[in-house]
Amino acid sequence: MKNKIFLFIIILFFIFCFIIFYKGLNNSNIYIPKLNNKKDLPIFIARDFYLETEVNSEKIFLDNNFYILNIWASWCVPCRKEHPILMELSRNKSIKLIGLNYRDNLNNAKKFIDELGNPYSQILIDEEGTLAVEFGAYGVPETFIIDKNKKIIKKFIGPLNQKLLKEIKLFLK
Amino acid sequence: MKIIKLFLIIFILINFSQSKSDVKSEELKNKILKNIRCLICQGQSVYDSESDFALSIKLIVEKKINDGLSEKQIYEFLREKYGEWILYDPELSKNTYILWLLPLLLFLFGGAIVYMNLIIKKK
Repeated sequence: MKNKIFLFIIILFFIFCFIIFYKGLNNSNIYIPKLNNKKDLPIFIARDFYLETEVNSEKIFLDNNFYILNIWASWCVPCRKEHPILMELSRNKSIKLIGLNYRDNLNNAKKFIDELGNPYSQILIDEEGTLAVEFGAYGVPETFIIDKNKKIIKKFIGPLNQKLLKEIKLFLK
Repeated sequence: MKIIKLFLIIFILINFSQSKSDVKSEELKNKILKNIRCLICQGQSVYDSESDFALSIKLIVEKKINDGLSEKQIYEFLREKYGEWILYDPELSKNTYILWLLPLLLFLFGGAIVYMNLIIKKK
């Protein structure tokens, strides 16, 4: 009797392991950091894209507005693809778009903006990519929504599209 | 002459302690970088990777060490930004209990099987 119970426990254990590993097969191997809770806006000093003067983050996010911070680069092909969406977002007066130019050549970045238009109310330079790390980003493009309490409430990894644009507009309501 | 000698000794001592602390912080930096996963080339550590993300993390870690942050504080900073996954050696927490305890449980379970078999054979 004891042996039977023991055998039953072993079989049960292996079934349990099998289910866990089988479920694991369907999971993606690629880890994508998620934003589960609201996060405080990092405090930093950055260089302005046009003026090339240093600006404090507290002055950048000063107004009682929703902010959208978009990390982009001229060498990033998906950034080019999402640019019309940003241009559309920039027409919304209730938000301010801040651009973070990530590890880019300044001349190429300026050409990119001249060619496609400037949706940003301010662009910051992140030459070394360290500011992007402060936001918890790991590539380009990434977009963050910052609420009126200066908290990061949502992040989008990858290029924005019409579906995400609708989602952003819902957030802003 | 004595004063020159004294200055020379102080100068050498200062330089020696400076280079010693540089070596220490370099060792600490490498230790930390080897324990951080690269999110772009997943499977590689930041230490081994040359991706843009890894290069930025290398700079951040160096800056944090120079700012006087401890190893634990740097891990905490990165965990807060990217989650537990970024660390190769996650700490014991409610999310990692199974990860840490499962090998021990399996070991005990295997031991129990061997022990039971031995008892049955003796009988």
